[in-house]
Amino acid sequence: MRVFAFLGLLAAATATLAMPAAAQTRDNVVLAFSLEPPMLDPTANAAAAINDVVYWNVFQGLTRITANGDVAPGLAESWTVTDDRVFRFKLRPGVKFHDGKPFDASVVKFTYERAKADDSTNPQKQYFAPIETVTVVDPLTVEVRLSRVDGLFLANMGMGAAIMVHPDTAATNRQTPVGTGPFRFERQIPGDRVILVRNPDYWGPAPRLSRVEMRVIADPAAQTAALLSGDVDVIPFFGAYEAVAQFRNNPRFQVVVGSTEGETVLAMNNAKPPFNDVRVRKAIQHAIDRQQLIDGVLAGFGTPIGSHFAPHRAGYVDLTGVTPYDPAKARALLREAGFPNGFETTLRLPPPAYARKSGELIQAFLAEVGIRARIEPYEFAQWLDVVFRKFDYDMTIIAHVEPLDIPNYGRDSYYWNYKNPQFNTLVTSLNQTVDQGRRAEIYGQMQRILAEDQANGFLFQLPKVMITRPNLVGMWKDQPVFANDMSEVFWR
Amino acid sequence: MTISRILRHPSFLIGALITATVLVMAAVAFVWTPFPPGQVRIIARFRPPSGINWLGTDHFGRDIFSMIMVGAQNSLSVGAVAVGIGMAIGVPIGLIAALKRGWTDDVVSRFSDLVFAFPAILSALLITAWLGPGAVNAILAIAIFNVAVFARVTRGAALQVLGREFVRAALAMGRGPLSTLLVHVLPNVAGTLIVQATVSFATAILAEAALSYLGLGVQPPNPSWGRMLADAQNHMFNRPWLAVVPGLAIAVTVLGLNLLGDGMRDLLDPRMRERRGD
Repeated sequence: MRVFAFLGLLAAATATLAMPAAAQTRDNVVLAFSLEPPMLDPTANAAAAINDVVYWNVFQGLTRITANGDVAPGLAESWTVTDDRVFRFKLRPGVKFHDGKPFDASVVKFTYERAKADDSTNPQKQYFAPIETVTVVDPLTVEVRLSRVDGLFLANMGMGAAIMVHPDTAATNRQTPVGTGPFRFERQIPGDRVILVRNPDYWGPAPRLSRVEMRVIADPAAQTAALLSGDVDVIPFFGAYEAVAQFRNNPRFQVVVGSTEGETVLAMNNAKPPFNDVRVRKAIQHAIDRQQLIDGVLAGFGTPIGSHFAPHRAGYVDLTGVTPYDPAKARALLREAGFPNGFETTLRLPPPAYARKSGELIQAFLAEVGIRARIEPYEFAQWLDVVFRKFDYDMTIIAHVEPLDIPNYGRDSYYWNYKNPQFNTLVTSLNQTVDQGRRAEIYGQMQRILAEDQANGFLFQLPKVMITRPNLVGMWKDQPVFANDMSEVFWR
Repeated sequence: MTISRILRHPSFLIGALITATVLVMAAVAFVWTPFPPGQVRIIARFRPPSGINWLGTDHFGRDIFSMIMVGAQNSLSVGAVAVGIGMAIGVPIGLIAALKRGWTDDVVSRFSDLVFAFPAILSALLITAWLGPGAVNAILAIAIFNVAVFARVTRGAALQVLGREFVRAALAMGRGPLSTLLVHVLPNVAGTLIVQATVSFATAILAEAALSYLGLGVQPPNPSWGRMLADAQNHMFNRPWLAVVPGLAIAVTVLGLNLLGDGMRDLLDPRMRERRGD
């Protein structure tokens, strides 16, 4: 015991010596991320960058997704479940929005009914579809009754799209988010940064940081420079994988490699010829060497995937062998599909470095089998509008970062335009299954169907490489949901 | 202009030599490069310069020397077409403005002022942002700036020539304005224009590199010196040669064209000739 205490003292002493005086008193953090949030209301837009800023920091839901992906109590301190369908949530007392308005059961009712409404613009409307009624029992008790069993309901209510919004501020949250979280929104400088400050009236343990600046730095080289110059303390999602080695050897920094929910796909417009032909989609997958892609784009950091599912999740099936790298087979399939000389197509790429670099490499892979893909670089807002909303594209590359988002392939209207009734049946049975083992089985069947249909090109699971100051504690290692939860972050 | 005079002008010689080298490199690239310039070989990435890959390989294992050769084609063709369009439109406009004077001249001059009010790279950025990225739009963007440059230079030079006796005499004797411009004015401003073309060519290459660096110019798989530089900056700290090579290619080519332009100005300008006592 004494030895431990001594070691602890020694460690503290060395740390004090090693750190500049300023670092000890610091209570602010400058963080950088690569995509600018198009707005700041996660109930109105699917962009992951929104949750990067506001999830749990500004906005909170009844449940909360923690650093290791568990569902934990959020604004509901406890709940009981009856018949798998009736959820009675006990809300935390004394919770206030940043503008001083109280949070109570009526806010829950408003939030869920707004998200479920016909005119709702919630990006994850399907989360709310099973909700039948929301009843205010008393100011701190709310009962949610589902029309059918939904095994993911509690997890979904912890997602960014299900955060609590007050009726008075719901319409203005896009520009000036007002939530219940440990940090208040101070301001956004477009194209540059978002500034959050400590919420003095926070219901939970007071955050140890007084100020968080989140800077938008898209360019990987600029990210490297910002870290080296000390402008930025931490980049949770570092884009310059090739530069990681230099931070490994630098005592001023710590490199933390974790996993994400980001299945990176070469999305193909399944409704548009020639991509409506499974042989063409297969040919494209056969033309791509996933390992070379991972080495060339991510400096070896990613994991290859053969379907739309994260390798660390229960139910994962390794299907990378279904359509392996085989250019000869690719050419044969193209001939069979009526394209002996290949064809011309476009590859509309959003700005993240993994997408742009993968695009360049995939262009070279496709050229080997005769497919001439023209690269069209898009800004993110433009990409969201043209590709994601209007489905106006041939192929694109993007990481799908929502956890367990494979049921998206059953959506009526989604930018892949993928349709398979058999898959939709599986989505329905998944939704009605609570048993974890059975759910894992269904996930396995879903993955197989997507691999056999080659709904998209399946590339790799995006790694999370974080570069941080060694004495900054509490940042998430993995990325179960898109978030930079700063509530428990502090300087040691 | 005699051979001996040319030989006594070292900067012209150096400029011509560099330009010729780049031209030859670009021409050879049509028929031969050490490796196919777009050929990706991930296992061979980041090879330092060697007997096989003379200037090493990049992050996708592509041969840098081959990319530099084909990149020269890109730079030169974008430059040539942009300057060509600039001259084809700008020179007639300048000539007409000088001849007509009055409101025509005002319009042309104010248009040039407008274009010059924005730095060349900014207007090129505006135009590519509006039309979308790509080689053709980059050419257009650079060409528009060059139209203004050539209109202004031609107008200035033509005004001087139009004021001289032999031109007035030609007009007085009944030669039509168009034929006067072609027969008497154009040959007398040709020297100035050639010099301007060389300088504009260098500017155009720089502008193309800048646009490609920003991702707005030539798109992959076509190699471009500017984009090679942009790719290389991720690796600057560890593998500086990746940035040095395309950077030098741009710098040396532009230097060569500028030296050539300076030299031609000296050699073509009659006043310089007199000063040298030839």
